[in-house]
Amino acid sequence: MTVETDTTTAKFAEYAAPERLVSTEWLEQHFGEPGLVVVESDEDVLLYETGHIPGAVKVDWHTELNDPVVRDYLDGEGFAQLLSRKGIARDDTVVIYGDKSNWWAAYALWVFSLFGHEDVRLLDGGRDKWIAEGRPLTTEAVARPATEYPVVERDDSVLRAYKDDVLAHIGRGPLVDVRSPEEYDGTRTSAPAYPEEGALRAGHIPTAQSVPWARAVAEDGGFKSRAELDAIYRGEAGLQDGDTIVAYCRIGERSSHTWFVLHHLLGFENVRNYDGSWTEWGSAVRVPIVTGAEPGVAPERR
Amino acid sequence: MTSAVLPDRLAEIRDEFLELPEPERLQLLLEYSQELPPVPAEYEGHPELAERVAECQSPVYIILDVDEDGVVAMHATAPPEAPTTRGFASILVQGITGLTADEVLAIPADFPQSIGLTRAVSPLRIAGMTGMLMRAQRQVRAKTAAA
Repeated sequence: MTVETDTTTAKFAEYAAPERLVSTEWLEQHFGEPGLVVVESDEDVLLYETGHIPGAVKVDWHTELNDPVVRDYLDGEGFAQLLSRKGIARDDTVVIYGDKSNWWAAYALWVFSLFGHEDVRLLDGGRDKWIAEGRPLTTEAVARPATEYPVVERDDSVLRAYKDDVLAHIGRGPLVDVRSPEEYDGTRTSAPAYPEEGALRAGHIPTAQSVPWARAVAEDGGFKSRAELDAIYRGEAGLQDGDTIVAYCRIGERSSHTWFVLHHLLGFENVRNYDGSWTEWGSAVRVPIVTGAEPGVAPERR
Repeated sequence: MTSAVLPDRLAEIRDEFLELPEPERLQLLLEYSQELPPVPAEYEGHPELAERVAECQSPVYIILDVDEDGVVAMHATAPPEAPTTRGFASILVQGITGLTADEVLAIPADFPQSIGLTRAVSPLRIAGMTGMLMRAQRQVRAKTAAA
């Protein structure tokens, strides 16, 4: 059963898929409704335990969405078990929110989308906006009755890019690098204030344009308006309708946020997230890399 | 080179975690995060006196004092919206404060991997605690050499 969409927020109506967002106000009015499950997904694995939206369940990206052995996501069986345990049914409306302007929430939403969970939305502004507005939080444990989520095989072909896809994509379509300028130009391999982790070379994929993910975020932590986003992505970055776009960052989390903006808010149909991102590309043998502030050119194909 | 010996207090903390089933270990880490003591008044509002732990994803600062008898006191600050990092800091603050400089330097570098949290919080997050311990030991080494 799907829950009605948020039609009360004027900003959302301008987006390509307004049904993908709900406002904090809408959520406070609707939580507890049958068919609606609220999910919190944060960078910090304990943040949920310090207080969460009443009724919200936690999904941790590290320990629950990733396969513990292979660098990959859960398979269909694993996802079915996870969602059954969380009490989420295949036809439930899922609203995801989290810390850091929904950076990890967008990542979780993207993974849910790989399994074709149809109605999955973000809470505009995420956890911080909810708290800033003084809305209710609780530390009460949430136990939803288990469901029988069906085993649905993950489909990586539409929303996800592998390293070889990206190699073939260079020079054929836009690449968007959503990391910080310092990571893009090769000064460092991880975000400022983040640990240096696991990339042997620094720089960016040839032809990739730099559009740091947080440029899509407004002052209140929510998404910028359609007009502002169009000015950045269609204007400055020159993305055009019909483009096949690949976004990447360091491990695919920040680029999930940009993927959400490009696909659901601006309506680009072919957008893939390269989750291997810099931790794979920056350590792979004999892949082309460009340093400096310019995108660089596609290497000649052999 | 001192050989690695885990001090009793840290061994107790480790055992306290290992005795619990995995999901409850997170709850214990949360309790530690709530017990992180405030920094002494003389350090309040003086971030320049503290060292930023770059291995942690959240802003966390540590200060290690070594008194004239060679006894160490560790202080740390981390924001409330980073409870995991606060928990790691609190474990080290409670485990290190009161030890001698030599005892601190002898703490095995793999202590963070030994407390049974690697799977519950992920190896990447545990790396933040390893960075914190390394930096704490480096400060103690520097302050002992200077004395």
